[in-house]
Amino acid sequence: MTSAALRRRAWKLLEMVTTPLLPSDYLDLVSPLRAGADLRGRIEAVHPETSDAATIVIKPGRGWRGHTAGQYVRIGVDVDGRRLWRAYSITSPTNRRDGRVTITVKAIPDGKVSNHLVRRATPGTLIQLDQPTGDFVLPQAKPAKVLYLTAGSGITPVMGMLRDIEFDDVVMVHCAPQPQDVIFRNELHDLVADKKLRLTEVHTDTDGMLDIARLDELVPDWAERETWACGPAGLLDAAEEHWTEHGVQERLHTERFRPSIVVAGDGGEVTFSATGKTVDADGATPLLDIGEEAGVLMPSGCRMGICFGCVTPLKAGAVRDLRTGEITEAEPGVLIQTCVSAAAGPCDIER
Amino acid sequence: MTAIDPTAHLTAEQIEELGRELDAIRDEVIAGRGEKDAAYIRKVISAQRKLELVSRGVLLFSIFPPAWLLGTAGLSVAKIMDNMEIGHNVLHGQWDWMRDPKIHSTTWEWDHVSPSEQWKHSHNELHHTYTNVIGKDNDLGYGIMRVDEDQKWHPFHLGQPLWNFINACFFEYGIAAYDLELGKNLHKRRRRNPEFRARAKAVGRKIRKQVLKDYVIHPLLSGPSFLTTLAATFTANLVRNIWSHSVIMCGHFPEGVQVFERQSIKGETRGQWYLRQMMGSANISGSRAMHFMTGNLSHQIEHHLFPDLPSNRYAEVAVKVRALFQKYELQYVTGPLPKQVFSAWRKVFRLSLPNKKPKVKTPDRKQELVAG
Ligand code: FES
Repeated sequence: MTSAALRRRAWKLLEMVTTPLLPSDYLDLVSPLRAGADLRGRIEAVHPETSDAATIVIKPGRGWRGHTAGQYVRIGVDVDGRRLWRAYSITSPTNRRDGRVTITVKAIPDGKVSNHLVRRATPGTLIQLDQPTGDFVLPQAKPAKVLYLTAGSGITPVMGMLRDIEFDDVVMVHCAPQPQDVIFRNELHDLVADKKLRLTEVHTDTDGMLDIARLDELVPDWAERETWACGPAGLLDAAEEHWTEHGVQERLHTERFRPSIVVAGDGGEVTFSATGKTVDADGATPLLDIGEEAGVLMPSGCRMGICFGCVTPLKAGAVRDLRTGEITEAEPGVLIQTCVSAAAGPCDIER
Repeated sequence: MTAIDPTAHLTAEQIEELGRELDAIRDEVIAGRGEKDAAYIRKVISAQRKLELVSRGVLLFSIFPPAWLLGTAGLSVAKIMDNMEIGHNVLHGQWDWMRDPKIHSTTWEWDHVSPSEQWKHSHNELHHTYTNVIGKDNDLGYGIMRVDEDQKWHPFHLGQPLWNFINACFFEYGIAAYDLELGKNLHKRRRRNPEFRARAKAVGRKIRKQVLKDYVIHPLLSGPSFLTTLAATFTANLVRNIWSHSVIMCGHFPEGVQVFERQSIKGETRGQWYLRQMMGSANISGSRAMHFMTGNLSHQIEHHLFPDLPSNRYAEVAVKVRALFQKYELQYVTGPLPKQVFSAWRKVFRLSLPNKKPKVKTPDRKQELVAG
C-alpha cells in the first residue's frame, strides 16, 4: 500500500473515533493554523498608518499558497459575533522572511469590518482567510517605465507592488484629501529620497479632484508608461476613457474595490439562479411565496421563521427581514430564511 | 380543550397586544446579540470537546475503578452537553446569525442516532409549529402514550408506564424511530416508499457509526480495559438518555399544561400562536448549573415562544415573560426538576387507566402558581 493510501486509511479510522465530529474539529482546538486545516490566519500586530488606517500583520496558516504583488485576499472577521467577509489588498512584499503578510485597511464611515480592524482588532485573534487572488498584478517581463495612479486606499495594492519589485523608472500620482491622509507617506518619501520613485501628491481638499487631463502636465510621458490605477470608480472611469481616447488602453490596468454597491430598496427583480427563473417581487411578500408561485421548488417548514427549514443561500443583492426590518446583503456563505425575507432590491436566490 | 379554558378572560385585542409585547422582547434580544453570545457558545463547544476527549482518555484505564467512575461521569456530562445546550440549540438555528459555517443549523451533526436533518424536521417544524395540538404534534406522548383525558383510551395504554420507562432508557433510539414516524411507516405499503427508505437508511448509517464508535472502537482502543470501557460508554449513554427524557417530559407533560384541538388553530393569529406556546409549555426552576445541563430547556416556555433566540438569553427573557404572564393573569407552570418529573410521571400512570368522561380540571395547587 502506498503511503498516501495508508494515510487515507488512518484518517478514516480516526474519523470513526471522532464521529459525528471530524478529527479536525478536535485538532482545531490546539492547532488552528496547521497544514490541512481550513485556511485561517492569526493577527499578530496592528500598526496605525494614519488616523483612520492601519496595517494588520497576519500569520497565515500552513496552507497559505503565497501571493503575487498586487493581489488581494478575502478575510472573514467576526465583528460583534457575526462573521463578515471583505477583500483587502496585500501590502507586504512576496519575499517577506517571516512568512507574515500584511493588509492595510482604511476605516470607511459606517464600515463594520474596516472600523473593527483599524480600531478594535487585537493581536492573537484568529481570522478566516481565502487564498489570494486577483489579476491586478505586474507582468512577467519588466516594463521600462511605470506609472502608478492611485487615490485613497487605492494605494494598497500598489504598495504591495512597490515593495516587491524595483523598476528603473517609476512615477506615482497619488490623491488624498490632505498630506496626513496619505497612507505610507514616510515610506514613499524615503523612496523618493533614495531616487527610487518620483511622486506627485494631489491633495484634493486644497487642489480639488484630480482632472485626468492634468496628467499631461504631471507626467508628460504617461502614454508610454505601463500604468496601474486603483481608486474610486470616478477616477478609474475617467482614466479608462482617457487611455482609450489616446489609443493606449492596453497599457492601463485597473482595480476596482467595490464593483457594485447594493442599494436596499423595496422589492425588486428576484432571480432563482439554480432554476433560472426571474420574477418581480414586491417588498412585502416572503421570497418563499414568490418562489413557489414561480414554480421553484422551495424547501420550507413552519413558514413563520422558527424552524429554519427554508434557509437558502443569498448569492447577490439584499433582502429585508419582514419581522425586524433588518437588511441582509449577499456575501459568500450568507443564508437567509426565505419565509420571513422579502426582496430589498434585486436579488439572487440559489434555488 | 380543557374544560376550563384558562385564557377565557382574555379579549381578542388583549391577545394581540400580548403578541406585540412578546415581539418587542424578541426584537430587543435580537438587536443585542453580539460578541458575548458568540464567545459563550464557542466556549461551551470547546469545553464539551475537551471534556469528552479527557474522559475518553481516562477511560483507557477504566480497568481501575476510580478511572471508570471519573471517565464515565465526564463522558455522561459531555454527552449531555452535546445533546442539550449545544446540539438542540444549534439545530434550532439559534446561532446561525453568527454566520460561522461550523456552528450552523445546516451543518451541525450531533452525538445522537437520529440524523440532524430528520430531527430538525420532526422537532423544529412539526413540534414547534403545532405545539400540543392533538393529532398534529406527535411529541404529545410520542405516539405511544396517552397524555390527556380527552384522548381515547386503549388497552395498549395500560402498559404506558413501562413504555415510557423503556423509552427513557433508550431515548435516542426512541427519537430516531419517532423522527422516522416508524409507527405509521411500518405498514406494508409505506415501507416501500422510496423517501421513507432513504430516511431509514440514513438512520441506519448513523446508528452504525455511533455504535461502532461507542461500543467497538473506543473499547478496542482501551485494550485490557475493553469491557470496562464498553460498560462506561453504555452507562454514559443511559445517563444521557434518562436525563434528556426527564427534562423533555418536564417541558409539556406536567399538570397544568394545556393541550389543544386541531380546529382551535385554524386561522390562528400571531398573538394566539404565542398564547398557545405559553399555555402548552412548562419550566423547571433551579440553579444556573441546572439550566445549563438542561440546555436551557428549563426555560421551555421562553424557548417555545422564541425557539431561535440564543439559549444563553432565555434566563433574562424569562423575567420579562413571567411578568407578562402575571399581567395577563395566566398560569406560569414551573417547579423544581424532581417535582416536575414526578408530576409528569404521575400523569403517565393516571392516564394509563381509562377515565369515564373528561374531568373538569382544577388548577393543581402543588404547582407554583403565578396567576392572579
Ligand atoms: S419555513 Fe420555517 S423558518 Fe422558514
